[in-house]
Amino acid sequence: MPIASTLPHLTVAVTGLNATDSPGPGVAVIRALRECPDFDLRIIGLSYEALEPGIYLRELVDKTYQLPYPSAGTAALLERLAHIRQQEDVAVLIPNFDAELYNFIKLEPQLRALGIRTFLPTLAQLEARDKLNLAAFGAAHGLSVPTSRPLHSATELLPAAEALGWPLVLKGRYYDAAVVHSLAQAEQAFARLAGQWGVPLIAQQFVVGQEINIAGLGDGLGRTLSAVPMRKLTITDRGKAWAGITLADDALLALARRFTEATSWRGGFELELMRTASDELVILEINPRFPAWIYLTAAAGQNQPAALLRLALGLPVPAMEGYAVGKMFVRYAWDLITDHTIFQQVAALGEL
Amino acid sequence: MKLKANIATSDAGFIFNPATGDSFAANPLAADILARAKTGQDAAAIKADILERYDVAPGQLEKDWDDLLAQLRDFNLLD
Repeated sequence: MPIASTLPHLTVAVTGLNATDSPGPGVAVIRALRECPDFDLRIIGLSYEALEPGIYLRELVDKTYQLPYPSAGTAALLERLAHIRQQEDVAVLIPNFDAELYNFIKLEPQLRALGIRTFLPTLAQLEARDKLNLAAFGAAHGLSVPTSRPLHSATELLPAAEALGWPLVLKGRYYDAAVVHSLAQAEQAFARLAGQWGVPLIAQQFVVGQEINIAGLGDGLGRTLSAVPMRKLTITDRGKAWAGITLADDALLALARRFTEATSWRGGFELELMRTASDELVILEINPRFPAWIYLTAAAGQNQPAALLRLALGLPVPAMEGYAVGKMFVRYAWDLITDHTIFQQVAALGEL
Repeated sequence: MKLKANIATSDAGFIFNPATGDSFAANPLAADILARAKTGQDAAAIKADILERYDVAPGQLEKDWDDLLAQLRDFNLLD
C-alpha cells in the first residue's frame, strides 16, 4: 500500500531548465530541492525555449510553462506569471539566470501580492557586482579583482590590450568569454560576443592560476549561511565545469564570508576565483545566483537551494557548518527521449 | 619531511590534498614512506629501515630521497 506523504505541500517555480553544455542551474536547483526534508514539493519549470532539457525531465519537473524573454520587459513577465499563478499555487519562485534577475527583482512587490515569494539580491547588489562594475566593487570592499575596462567597439581592443596586456579575456555582459592572444583573435571574438550578447563587452586582465569557485548563500543581513568551495577538475571548451571536487580551505571560506558581510548579500551567489602562484585569491566574477553545479552543495551536506526555499518562506535558517570534503561531481550527457506531440505541446501552447 | 596535516593518504597509495583537490598515486614504497611520515617518524628512522629492508646503497637512497622530497614540495604536500 503506498504511503502518502505527511509533509506540507508546497509549489515552487524554477527557471534555468537549459541543462545543456553551458548549463543553466535550474535542473540542479530542482534536484537539490527534491531532497528538501521539509516539504512535499510540486515543481513548476519556467522555460524560455521549447528544447530546454529540463522540460522533459518529468521525474524532476511536474509541469512547465514558458515565459516571455527578459527583453519583453516586466509587464509581459508579470502578465504571464499572473496567468501561471491562476493555474498553480506557486508559493516560491527561484530565478536562475543573470539576464532575468533584474525583472524578477523589480517585480518582487507585485509577485508578493500574487502570493509568490522570492529571495533575491537587491537591485543595488545586483548592479554593484555586475562585470562592468567589478573593479569598483573590488576597490570598495578591499577584494582583489582583475583590472578591466568596458569595450563599446572593436576599435577599443588595441588600447585595452596595451593597458591590460596579452592574452586578454573578453567577456559578454551576462555570459560567455574568450581568451584572445592577438588583435586578430580579439576582433573575431569581439564580433561573436557582441553579436550574441550586445555591447558593452568587458576586457579583463588575464590571471594565471588555479580556478576555484565558491557557491554561497547570504541571509541579506551580512551572515553567510553556507559556503562550499569547489575546484573544477574538467572543463568544457567553454570553460564550464564538467567535473569538480569540494575543497577544505579556510581562506576560501573567509573570502566568502567577507563578501557576504561587505555586501549583506541576499540569496545565492557564486564567486569565480583564481588562486595565483603567490596564493592570492582574485575574484574574476560574482554570479548573483546559484551555479549549475549547485547540487554538489547538497551532496556535500549543505543543501543551499533547500535553505533558500526556507528563507523565501520566512523560516529560520541556521548557518550551516561543515561539509564533505573531496565530494565530487562528474557531469554527463544523456539523450532524453520524447515524442514530437509532446514537443509540439510545448512549442505551440507554451505548457507541458 | 613534514606532510601537511590535512593531507589524506590511503593504504592503496592514493594521496589527496583537500585544500587543492589534487590527487596523486604513490608506488608502494612511497606510500609506505608517507604513511610513516604521517605518524611522525623522522627521516633518519625511515631511511634506516629502508636500508635494512632493501638492497640499496646509502648514496642512492639519499638521491632518491631528495627526489621524493622535491616532488612532494612541487605538489604542495609539505609544510
